[in-house]
Amino acid sequence: MNGADCILIKGGRVVDPAHNLDTTADLLLEGGLIRAVGRPDVPAGCRVISAAGLVVAPGLVDMHVHLREPGYEYKETIAGATRAAAAGGVTAVAAMPNTNPVIDDPSVVGYVLEKARVAGHANVHPIGAITRGLKGEALSEMGLLQRAGCVAFSDDGRAVMDSGLMRKALEYSRAFGALIIQHAEDSALVGCGCMNEGVTSSRLGLPGIPNASEEVLVDRDIRLVALTGGRYHVAHLSTAGALTAVTAARVRGLPVTCEVTPHHFALTDSAVGHYDTNAKMAPPLRDEKDRQALLEGLARGTITVIATDHAPHDIDSKRVPFCQAANGVVGLETLLPVSLELVRDGVLDLKGCLATMTCNPARMLGIDRGTLEVGKVADLVLFDPEEAWEVDAIDLHGSGRNTCFQGRQVRGRVKTTFLAGRVVHRDGT
Amino acid sequence: MVEPVGLGRKNLLGMADLTAEEIFRILDTAASFREVNARDIKKVPTLRGKTIINLFFENSTRTRTSFELAGKRMSADVINISASSSSVAKGETLYDTVATLQAMNPDVVVVRHAQSGAHVFLARNLPRTVVVNAGDGRHEHPTQALLDLLTIRDHLPAMKRQGFAGLQVAICGDVVHSRVARSNAIALNTLGARVRFVGPPTLMPAQAEQAWGVTVHSDMESGLAGVDVVMVLRLQNERMNGAFIPSVREYFEFWGINRDRLNLAAPHAVVMHPGPINRGVEIASDVADDPKRTLILEQVANGLAVRMALLYRLCGGRHGDERAAS
Repeated sequence: MNGADCILIKGGRVVDPAHNLDTTADLLLEGGLIRAVGRPDVPAGCRVISAAGLVVAPGLVDMHVHLREPGYEYKETIAGATRAAAAGGVTAVAAMPNTNPVIDDPSVVGYVLEKARVAGHANVHPIGAITRGLKGEALSEMGLLQRAGCVAFSDDGRAVMDSGLMRKALEYSRAFGALIIQHAEDSALVGCGCMNEGVTSSRLGLPGIPNASEEVLVDRDIRLVALTGGRYHVAHLSTAGALTAVTAARVRGLPVTCEVTPHHFALTDSAVGHYDTNAKMAPPLRDEKDRQALLEGLARGTITVIATDHAPHDIDSKRVPFCQAANGVVGLETLLPVSLELVRDGVLDLKGCLATMTCNPARMLGIDRGTLEVGKVADLVLFDPEEAWEVDAIDLHGSGRNTCFQGRQVRGRVKTTFLAGRVVHRDGT
Repeated sequence: MVEPVGLGRKNLLGMADLTAEEIFRILDTAASFREVNARDIKKVPTLRGKTIINLFFENSTRTRTSFELAGKRMSADVINISASSSSVAKGETLYDTVATLQAMNPDVVVVRHAQSGAHVFLARNLPRTVVVNAGDGRHEHPTQALLDLLTIRDHLPAMKRQGFAGLQVAICGDVVHSRVARSNAIALNTLGARVRFVGPPTLMPAQAEQAWGVTVHSDMESGLAGVDVVMVLRLQNERMNGAFIPSVREYFEFWGINRDRLNLAAPHAVVMHPGPINRGVEIASDVADDPKRTLILEQVANGLAVRMALLYRLCGGRHGDERAAS
């Protein structure tokens, strides 16, 4: 064996949820692939990296990210967002199509993939629009988009409101085995709402968004899934009621899944505080009852994916009165430490926690990642699960600084991120 | 930041920030300023050399005029900026407008804005200036609550009450969109009064009971039973046509304040309204015009005194000094 492009990651706690593996072992990488796990024979000249005290895990897969390019480069670029991903230990992101132009044409898919390839910080998997131009009027070319590289379909940022069109989308997607991801918010029930409807919104005099805005669409969509058999995924699920509906659908054996964001399981609408626009996103932060339900959904395995809904914004989009502020928060660089709170709080074990950010979303999207299996591409993350640090927007690597975790004391720090065996992030850089 | 001695705080952003003691200090000062307003020469040198900017992003006649007069009667230099005539109309962001004002170093900025929380935005970005909230969206309108409290306090003896504790107040109508209702509910709670919100369920804020400890009534009969004070809110024109209530005539029929309904309240009950009133919508003309029951014009007069008191105290004055200053 030639040791020139060979790396030995030595003595780490190797966690591979896809194979139910959690053990101290060495990992041998060669030619950008995982060559061996355990006590491999090490070729001469092989570079050795000590992982003592660190967790060695598959690179994280975030199935819900807004890259903002093309069209909103003043907010963030593909290079910037994927740099943030690498810093967060995320090696694969699924990119939502609400760019300008929208990802509803194979040429835009090609553009995004090429920009990501040139940047080289993380794998980007575009998500195509369900409807052309996200207008909710006509189906996009799912077959051609999938062939060009789209891993799922979504009108994220808005829901497919037309029930007839949603039925058609779920039906048509079956021809390609495609996943339909719904941003489940009924626009009429959201109205001019800009935060969760409840005591806090009433006190702040901000128009509220009721839980029912999410629940009525999830309920409707599940009936359409029963009718059509299409694969359906609820993006950023936020309410106890919608979770109950998803749980019931899964018990019935329907192809229904859901994801939750770190901000929805870690925070409540009290984080809006004194009109903090960095606590504004869609769907909004809910109340403690909903948050507890989400934790229970994670513990029971009804919620199988944690995704960030990483939504970078420029400062002017947030430096306005609350109702006028843009929706969205960044999340790639806080995904791991905030999710590790679930492990410390006993909601999930480390393997289960990492599964929601590795093999589970990878399988759902059909991407050949999210595992440390021998022969697979060496996308991985080394992190110190105990290192404490304080989230500060100034330290983030992407252009978007709109974090809702500003000042939060977290534990768990990404030390090194590998993409196909190449270091794309090292702590302190 | 050195806090002015007058109120122990830099800004007045909302009634939620004020203790009962602070409220009474302002009311006591306001009561003394009424004497100044009754004089032949209505001007005192109290705020000479101070610059007050009235920054109004929303149309307002009475509140802006009241603040302007309050400043001028205390000899401050008062500038009015309204959204239509300012660079806001040219597309300037609120941040830039505020930064420009800061560079001019005013002592006080009085702000009204259609967005809830806009006052917080100003206070954050005007660290050297006293910020007074003259109404932010549907959130708070603290000087309205203060003038309402002063008005109620004048009438407590006629209600055979020693203070606000146990006083029953019904706030009626479009509560959900009302900053007046929120500021009053908070202030009355602080002073120990009991508050009811009365009106159609489409105009009630979510979880009002938990948010403010009020009771919520959808019918006037139970809502007004035995109350000492009836606060009537203005129904905005844009709420009248179907989205929140079906029609004005139905609204007036079920939730308008008329003689019969007023008779459900305590015999000494008074009617208040922040103005401008919609006759035949939320209040019947004969009730509005009855000076024995309806205190609307007293509210306006007290508004001026309260705003003088507030500006005086936020600029560092102590109670008892105001007449010496004159």
